[in-house]
Amino acid sequence: MTRIKTQYNRRSFLKVSAAAGGGMLIGFSWLTGCITDSKAEAVEVPKEWFDINGYIKIGDTGLVTIYSPNPEIGQNVRTSMPMIVADELDVDWKDVVVEQAPLNTGFYQNQFAGGSLSIRLSWNALRMAGATGRRMLLEAAAKEWALPVSDLTVSKGIIKEKNGERTVSFGDIASKAVGIEIPEEVELKEISDFKLIGTSIKNVDGKKIVTGEPLFGLDFYREGMKHAMIVHPPAFGMKVKDFNVDEIKRMPGVSDAFIIDVTLNEPGMFDEKGFFQLIAIVGDSTWQLMKAKKAIRANWETVGELESSESHIATLEKALASGNVTESRKDGNPEAAFKKAVKVIERTYSAPFIAHNTMEPMNFFANVTENAVELVGPTQTPDALEKSVSKLLNIPPENITVNMTRIGGGFGRRLYVHFGVEAAAISKKIGKPVKLIYTREDDMTQGTYRPTYLSKYKAGLDANNNLIAFSVKGAGLPDGPVFPNRFPAGAVTNYSAEKLSGITNVTTGAWRAPRSNFTAGAEQSFLDEVAELAGKDPIDFRLELFERAINNPVGDEYEYDAERYAGVLKLVKEKSKWGETKQGVHRGVAAYFCHSTYVAEVFDMIMVDGQPKIKKVCCAVDCGIVVNPDAAKNMIQGGVIDGIGHAMYSQLTFKNGAPNEMNFDKYQLIRHSHAPEEIDVFFVKNEIAPTGLGEPGLPPAIGALANAMYQLKGKRYYHQPFNVNQPVVG
Amino acid sequence: MPTFKLKINNEKHTVEADMDTPLLWVLRDHIKLLGTKYGCGIGQCGACTVHVDGNAMRSCLLQVSQAEGMNITTIEGLSKDGEHPVQKAWLEHDVPQCGYCQAGQIMTAAALLESNPNPSDKDIDTAMHGNICRCGTYIRIKQAIKTAAKL
Ligand code: FES
Ligand code: FES
Repeated sequence: MTRIKTQYNRRSFLKVSAAAGGGMLIGFSWLTGCITDSKAEAVEVPKEWFDINGYIKIGDTGLVTIYSPNPEIGQNVRTSMPMIVADELDVDWKDVVVEQAPLNTGFYQNQFAGGSLSIRLSWNALRMAGATGRRMLLEAAAKEWALPVSDLTVSKGIIKEKNGERTVSFGDIASKAVGIEIPEEVELKEISDFKLIGTSIKNVDGKKIVTGEPLFGLDFYREGMKHAMIVHPPAFGMKVKDFNVDEIKRMPGVSDAFIIDVTLNEPGMFDEKGFFQLIAIVGDSTWQLMKAKKAIRANWETVGELESSESHIATLEKALASGNVTESRKDGNPEAAFKKAVKVIERTYSAPFIAHNTMEPMNFFANVTENAVELVGPTQTPDALEKSVSKLLNIPPENITVNMTRIGGGFGRRLYVHFGVEAAAISKKIGKPVKLIYTREDDMTQGTYRPTYLSKYKAGLDANNNLIAFSVKGAGLPDGPVFPNRFPAGAVTNYSAEKLSGITNVTTGAWRAPRSNFTAGAEQSFLDEVAELAGKDPIDFRLELFERAINNPVGDEYEYDAERYAGVLKLVKEKSKWGETKQGVHRGVAAYFCHSTYVAEVFDMIMVDGQPKIKKVCCAVDCGIVVNPDAAKNMIQGGVIDGIGHAMYSQLTFKNGAPNEMNFDKYQLIRHSHAPEEIDVFFVKNEIAPTGLGEPGLPPAIGALANAMYQLKGKRYYHQPFNVNQPVVG
Repeated sequence: MPTFKLKINNEKHTVEADMDTPLLWVLRDHIKLLGTKYGCGIGQCGACTVHVDGNAMRSCLLQVSQAEGMNITTIEGLSKDGEHPVQKAWLEHDVPQCGYCQAGQIMTAAALLESNPNPSDKDIDTAMHGNICRCGTYIRIKQAIKTAAKL
């Protein structure tokens, strides 16, 4: 039995009040990790945990409304997270409605959908809130009937007397529960008693999406608002000097044109790093602004190096040879072990800069008045946006509100707040509400890319084909891709890992599964080659290494759970019937751990009309408790397809500081016909608190694809995108 | 500015716009039918797909002056309350992730089934080739199209 505290130092995590229109309203902090009894005193509780940003309303009709503050970027948190509340509360899902929480300023700490964190952070808080509601309703009924709570049972929102006939619904008792004191501690359900968690519940916004309701930032409209567009420098290393402003202002539908400066003192990690001065045009319709954009003749000043793909390769090679080491690890004596090794293999892997390319381009609504700001749009980091706008406009954060819309794809891109800041700067200048939208070209050439990477792997085998030495050096512009303490750290006696950085003025940011999105592919295809050199089955070879990490680990610690890692490999081995051969089917395997989740994948490839085709992908996933299995499966499938697409087709190349690919005619994304015919997903069953699903499906797909392609074509794939397979890194 | 008479979702609209304005922006900015999405503006992503006289067309490439006199259907007009078989199948397979591309996917799929009630995998791949989904919902889309074919 797990008990959870509802308060800390006599401050409650919850607030209960009467709901407008009858019933009970429970407010709580949605994205916190409340404490279970065992660790109660050990942790320092951050003050944001007391900020109320989620609500449960139990109306007197019995309808339960869960107000979720989360931005929905496609990970289905607006369905999965309310399921957790509803399960602990013990209500029927058909009586549950999910709504966007009313938004207030200052309540955004932790409200962050990046890094598959949402579910992981809020699991306890959501359970606590639901369990507290249930307990208070029970106490209210017990008081009413003059019975102890232990004499009552509850199911699907109906409280029943154990030894009698009386029943009362949540709706009927809710108003009375408001007067009950909030219990200091509540009991959580046993995992085995979950009724909703572990069942597949459909996306609560599904109907709105398929009928085209205006949910997204791009769809936000306010009577009287102006439209705006920006033009940023055509290349990294350039800055705007001036432009034909008078001519632009005279164009039809253009009401104003000017240069905005969004430079911030002490910028935060989600602030713009490259383009600080932008041309802004304001007008009445999007199309007229698009035409005005084309008519802009600007003078651009060169203020930095104008880099090219060739210069990027050279910088990466230099960084790999003599770059700044930012993280490293060393176990044993790799140099000596490589000398002793009977077989040594060394391989180099690379990947280009890539853009996020969320299908909904960047956009934001801003209404700046004398001393207040209203912002509406697709952001994952309202708190960061609020801070940046406050700094830029010198308006206190209390006077700034941010409303989050549904987000048309994130993948890390909406952590960055420049587009909201720019909208605010434009609104300030014109003194009117304004909606800024980026064209696809603006979006793709703005920067904030996944860094370009180059890594060198080396392995040494002894006479018995044991892996006795392993080293990896990985450089990136600007940051390297290596995780020194991840697998195979802990599993090889002589090990070294170095993460190196190089210099670029191309701006980069977090891109779905940062670093892992490259390292998994490189490492997992390298291990495939090492296993081959050792004459071992690639799964057995990896399992041997995990055995070592479990039984006789090397070094002080490593950052993965070797049992769980091995677990997904074993599951994928069983489910894919690894080892059985099928005529014409070529298979590759990979496994990876990131964002607290373990995923192993087996790719089956065939040749169709002389073209490689992915017939089937089998995935084994350990993400702890699976809250909503079908939605979880959808996320993993999406991750696999995204991984295939980017590894296979996508790249940004540069010339004179400018990306050559500016729209989907040149920048290739995966399309229908390239997707696997089938993707099966199997989950490891356990009782561990759930972890994220947004990222972890992607990284291993790249390795498994490279390994299956090798089996199919007899050729190794070292350089992304694989359809080019040349070391032409962006 | 010239005016144009359009027939959208069986309703008449008169709009004033530059004659080269793409139908996409007339729908979104002038008529406030916001279900049709902007993704690329160059006919490469399919987010802006509408039906023009029953055929799936990229509204970012169709000028308002060319759209006069045609029967235009947007996602809002595909059915009254989401009961078109393609929409129903989409819900059954819980296709959407972020959802942004889905109106365009649905419109292309609906037009495909109109002309080819029982498409093969290859027919689906060909018809849907112009609709990008960055979230990678392709497998479910294919399943949903096959389900819709039976509804
Ligand atoms: S917006 Fe029309 S095809 Fe992309
Ligand atoms: S569901 Fe997000 S782009 Fe298709």
